Amino acid sequence: MNLFLQQIMNGLTLGSIYGLVALGLTLVYGILHIPNFAHGALYMVGAFMSYFLMVDVGVHYWFAMAGSAAIVAVLAIICERLVFHPLRHSPPIHDKIAAIGILLFLEAVVQMFWGADFRRMSSPFTGILNFDGLIIPEQRLLIIIGALTLVAGLQIFLRKTMTGATIIAMAQNREGAFLVGIDANRVAMMTFGISGALAAIAATLYAPINLVYPAMGHLVIMKAFVIIILGGMGSIPGAIVGGMIIGFAEAFGGFYISTAYKDIIAFGLLVVILSIRPQGLFAKGAH
Amino acid sequence: MLKVDNLTKMFGGLAAVSNVSVEFEANKVNAIIGPNGAGKSTFFNLIAGAHKPTSGTILLDGKDVTNLPCDQIARLGVGRTFQTTNLFEQATVLDNLIVGHRLRTRSGLWDVLVNSRRLQAEERACREKAREALDFVGLSHVENRFIADITQEERKRVAFALALATDPKILLLDEPAAGVNPEETEGLADLMRKMINHGLTVCLIEHKMGMIMGIADKIMVLDHGEKIAEGTPEQVSNDAAVIEAYLGGDEDAAA
Amino acid sequence: MLLKIAALLMKPGAKMAMLAFALVFPFLAANEYQVYVMATAFIWAIAVYGLNIITGYCGQLNLAHGGFFAIGAYTLGLLTADYGWSFWPAFVGALVMTAVLGFLVGVVSLRLKEHYFAIFTLCVGFIIYLLLDKWEELTHGAIGVRDIAAPYGFGLVDFTDTTPFYYLVLGFLVLAMWFISRLSKSLLGRTFIAIRNGDELAESLGINLMRNKVLAFVLSTTYAGLAGALYAGMVRFIGPEEANINHTFDMITYLLVGGIGTLSGPLLGTLGLVWITQSLQFLEEYRMIIFGPLLVVLVIFFPRGIVGSFLTWIHRKSQALVPEGKRKDSKVTPTKEAENNA
Repeated sequence: MNLFLQQIMNGLTLGSIYGLVALGLTLVYGILHIPNFAHGALYMVGAFMSYFLMVDVGVHYWFAMAGSAAIVAVLAIICERLVFHPLRHSPPIHDKIAAIGILLFLEAVVQMFWGADFRRMSSPFTGILNFDGLIIPEQRLLIIIGALTLVAGLQIFLRKTMTGATIIAMAQNREGAFLVGIDANRVAMMTFGISGALAAIAATLYAPINLVYPAMGHLVIMKAFVIIILGGMGSIPGAIVGGMIIGFAEAFGGFYISTAYKDIIAFGLLVVILSIRPQGLFAKGAH
Repeated sequence: MLKVDNLTKMFGGLAAVSNVSVEFEANKVNAIIGPNGAGKSTFFNLIAGAHKPTSGTILLDGKDVTNLPCDQIARLGVGRTFQTTNLFEQATVLDNLIVGHRLRTRSGLWDVLVNSRRLQAEERACREKAREALDFVGLSHVENRFIADITQEERKRVAFALALATDPKILLLDEPAAGVNPEETEGLADLMRKMINHGLTVCLIEHKMGMIMGIADKIMVLDHGEKIAEGTPEQVSNDAAVIEAYLGGDEDAAA
Repeated sequence: MLLKIAALLMKPGAKMAMLAFALVFPFLAANEYQVYVMATAFIWAIAVYGLNIITGYCGQLNLAHGGFFAIGAYTLGLLTADYGWSFWPAFVGALVMTAVLGFLVGVVSLRLKEHYFAIFTLCVGFIIYLLLDKWEELTHGAIGVRDIAAPYGFGLVDFTDTTPFYYLVLGFLVLAMWFISRLSKSLLGRTFIAIRNGDELAESLGINLMRNKVLAFVLSTTYAGLAGALYAGMVRFIGPEEANINHTFDMITYLLVGGIGTLSGPLLGTLGLVWITQSLQFLEEYRMIIFGPLLVVLVIFFPRGIVGSFLTWIHRKSQALVPEGKRKDSKVTPTKEAENNA
């Protein structure tokens, strides 16, 4: 029984991280219709920025997370301005290739400064809580609580503030948004900024129980894509639900089926689902 | 020619086209008008097989084509143009048109490998067809220019030529005169008359009322997915329901 | 002056000169290593030609291309090293395997539009990598496959030597290019390009999307398999890293630099970049610092690459040489021109 609960815990942890990364990806897709292949690289840069701020600058974990979120948000905005904005009228294959270009560049730069080695990031939350035999490391609890807080905060921002409302409006109806005078440039930059910050925070939350290395974004971004396809590209609730589905599938699949193949579960799911429903699981109508 | 019976298309819970019945006669210009979002483009997509209707039937020359896929409907003689046509910008006009007659050819991979006689003959036929279509729309003089280097109006004509190269019986034209000036609009209207004179049937969606009234033999008016009127231009322009629909909040009525 | 050089390059003689250069290259090369590098570049060029079919002509960004390259290499490697096949039957086996797998993946993935297809193939590429890495019973996992057979020359040549192998690869490259040149000018190639222009328009022209896309995809994966099999026969030791996504990214870069959807672009892009990376040793590891921004700059400013931009330039020049009266007679307002060029 305890092992079962343990897997639920793992599923929640993984699902939270995946959900946060997928959330940024789905926001950008919903508003700009760009599948941002560079999103995983932003996640990776986020982890390295936190690592750098903690180890080399010596700031506290929380400040490192905030600093990293700000840096990556700015980086994402720069990408939007310099790369995606000029390509907004190009054939769809171009922005995908450009995103790949950004991904390759960021990875190579990080590798040049920090090398390809695996690094361990420390966190002040190293304790282990024991609830009647159910063992929960503090960091995992922090991940779950952090993710929940962020998702709630984002919801409040999107639903209750004027700026958030413009983002939603543009996601739902691009042409309409232009007609009522929404500044598309501002919304695009803001969306990229938010998505970058979310990726950096997710990376900083997850890094202490994982490792930091230049290729760490590969798997995460691919899973995030699987998640937003599952949840409907552009859908915010879909990203969270999809994140949980993949998180749980991996936790239980890895435990009860095979650890070696746990990374393949998400992709297997994707292949099966897209074979049956080419438009995704929850998508309404075709894009 | 084209007979549509009780055609309905639901998206989610909304009816984009609702219970429309209409008959388009051969060798006539049939126009579809209506405010934005009236379901005109959806109606075209249904006829062309791009969307599957929720219910209803479509008969082309008496043959039921309701659930046929797009490419087969095109082979049965339904050609169409779109509001915007993406062509290969860095290729010549003629190069872009050759593929138009592809649906009447059969060469496959094997023919390419051995450069079969059939392939050679079919490529010649496609090239001739493309030239013929280009000549029909009056653009023979630009055949060697890149698509990127021709004017907006010439692009419209190239799109017509591409549809004509498929050897259609009926042409569905979606807002052919959008984005061209009044003079050029008149030129495109002449081109449509020329199509009729060559035995084709034209079916068009258009917002430019002046053009419609001058060219259409029959008009169908859609509003919120429903047919609210049909008849000659005179009948339609005096129809109370039509006036109501247009005055009831659409800015295109003036155009 | 420039135009004269350009005209010279367009002549059929230019092709012959290039082929002649390729034929004498082993005698001009300073050492065997250069011949080896050139042979590797040719192998990559074959794979890039495959990518050009599905991505360049047909417009579908396939991110599993490196994975199919690896499948070709592994099929040949495993059949010869573990199952005792000799090279040429295993070589055919590798082609059949990549074609069949390409067909199966294509049937599922090509129903998906644009972004979905790219994401799906990205995942397929990763699944291939994971299987090669984890399925130890079949693939030897991270250890890789050793003792792969070299092609036997029927007692006439010894392909374990670099130079004969170079000519073998060159032969396949010429064959691959010959087929592509025939394909691209044919009705079939035009059908692929029509699909690139847009699914909707292609269907309205009576083109069966699935059949043509799957055909293009199978052709492209077979090219990848051919390249992979040659690669395995040359290095004779392969590992899961052959399926690394970076190989796919490399190939996309080669394709874009040379000119996507052009005939000579894949060759020029591959040869150019392989030699540049080779000659600047420090680039080997950090080439992506240059390649990444290069991709971005290319898609923004020169989406048709070197060859595509060159061809456009030539065409414009030759059109300009036609007497004004013959060229056009329509009245073009300046605003229209600006609109079209935008």
